[in-house]
Amino acid sequence: MPDTAAPPVAAAPPASLTRRRLTKDSALPWITTPIVLAALVAVWEFYVVQFRVSPLIMPRPGAVWQAWVEMLQSPRAWHHTWMTVYATLTGFAYAVVIGVGLGVIIARVRWLEMTLNPFIVATQVIPKVALVPLFVLWFGFGITSKVIVAAVLAFFPILTNTAIGVKSVDEGHRDVMLSLNATRWQVFRRLELPSALPFILTGFEIGIVLAIIGAIVGEYLGGNAGLGHLLIARLNAFETADMFAVLIHMSILGFLFYFSIGALRKILVPWHASARLKV
Amino acid sequence: MADLAQPAIALRAIEKWYGTRDAPVHALAPTDLEVPEREFLVLLGPSGCGKTTMLRMIGGLIEPTAGELLIEGRGLWKAGQRQGEALSELGMVFQDANLFPWLTIEDNIALPLELKGWPRARRLARAHELMRLTGIAGFERRWPRELSGGMRQRAAIARALSYDPRILLMDEPFGALDAMTREAMNLELQRIWMETRKTVVLVTHSIAEAVFLADRIVLLSPRPGRVDMILPVPFPRPRAPDLQSTPEFQEIVRRLRRRLSEIS
Ligand SMILES: Nc1ncnc2c1ncn2[C@@H]1O[C@H](COP(=O)(O)OP(=O)(O)OP(=O)(O)O)[C@@H](O)[C@H]1O
Ligand SMILES: [Mg+2]
Repeated sequence: MPDTAAPPVAAAPPASLTRRRLTKDSALPWITTPIVLAALVAVWEFYVVQFRVSPLIMPRPGAVWQAWVEMLQSPRAWHHTWMTVYATLTGFAYAVVIGVGLGVIIARVRWLEMTLNPFIVATQVIPKVALVPLFVLWFGFGITSKVIVAAVLAFFPILTNTAIGVKSVDEGHRDVMLSLNATRWQVFRRLELPSALPFILTGFEIGIVLAIIGAIVGEYLGGNAGLGHLLIARLNAFETADMFAVLIHMSILGFLFYFSIGALRKILVPWHASARLKV
Repeated sequence: MADLAQPAIALRAIEKWYGTRDAPVHALAPTDLEVPEREFLVLLGPSGCGKTTMLRMIGGLIEPTAGELLIEGRGLWKAGQRQGEALSELGMVFQDANLFPWLTIEDNIALPLELKGWPRARRLARAHELMRLTGIAGFERRWPRELSGGMRQRAAIARALSYDPRILLMDEPFGALDAMTREAMNLELQRIWMETRKTVVLVTHSIAEAVFLADRIVLLSPRPGRVDMILPVPFPRPRAPDLQSTPEFQEIVRRLRRRLSEIS
């Protein structure tokens, strides 16, 4: 029945599919973020000028900007920055190794999970920040106590997310490995690890932010290095604009860490829906 | 070369009980069954009659409570341990394709060879060969989510064939597909089976599918699962879709349907 057959279709995909889709949604934050930021700064400026707020309480944005630019040119400030980065990353690295390792084991060994669980929960419900003075007492005013605080804070979300990830491995996928007579190591390396990776990265995302918080809180309480120390020093000297500059510096650092994990996600789990989220 | 006198699969008084929270379930009463080399055997029966149980036992995924299972003449279980040589003669295809979402299609198909330690170039060459056989050439570098259900199932078949097992076990492989795709897949499966000369055991709910594909149909009845009857299907190969409208085909379908309604 040739007369009822559909005519051939001219096959050209719409241009929106062939062009890389950078233009639409992913470009939006690059436009909106500066606008919203500018608006916030304007409100800030207006408020300070209008109500004649003392620069000791709230400096003007321009003053903060100037203080920050000066900070960027000061080798001392970069030294403090480096100390905080070092404490954060080292602590985070410990948290990753212990959190992922323990998470994988706990997910597979039921009795160990039952045994360790009360203690793991205990390390969570204890307000760890309150223990920071104790860490300083034990590990001194040097960098070690900061590394440990960062590691302790970052450890838990990495552990729980890893354990959940390994436990959520699809039963059908396990059947495939079973029917292929895969060894325990192969099941871990080829199935459990890649399957849990999106979960583990979520743990990293939470963990890295907690690690920087841990490092800074550690610096507040002891020692003479790091951005936390710098902030307290500026506060004590009533250099409020400088203090705000340090605050900005810390925030940028936090953003950089967080987005590095996001980039890691796009590299490590491009197949997973989370890699396509726009955050 | 395969010894044609020796069955590809032999079940000797194979029985299965499942332990549950209340009473144990008798999933399969002691069953004897032989599947000759290169046969296309279909397991048919009402829901819960133990088809999956039987297939998963043959595939080595669950251990029989009693009895002996021989794959190409070799025992599948010895002292509670699955035997590697017997397992390597078995390829499994599940209802869900169960492709790993983090592997491209070619890497999914090559996975069994990777586990066996083949170098990458060699296993990919083998994967591409199988993708041509199963009709999905051109999709090597795609993610599984980018394929249709029918194509994913083709990839699952290619994966099961990658290490060239002599036996292919399939549990409702097309159960999740729509009727049209399913019919096309049945034709493809027949072609793949004729080209590769494998022994196939396929589980299905569909009577027409069973009659179209099978050399023999094993009808199982429930509570406990057991073989109700074994029906040879004599139509020559290759079978065309038109076969399904012939009176001979219809007659076998009718017989099976009557028997199925009696036992379920
Ligand atoms: N893991 C299990 N634990 C307990 N009982 C089970 C288990 N698996 C299956 N059964 C029981 O064994 C019987 C046979 O199940 P099986 O899955 O083999 O049936 P089936 O023929 O494949 O059914 P369907 O056509 O619905 O897939 C059923 O009564 C089922 O409830
Ligand atoms: Mg079943």
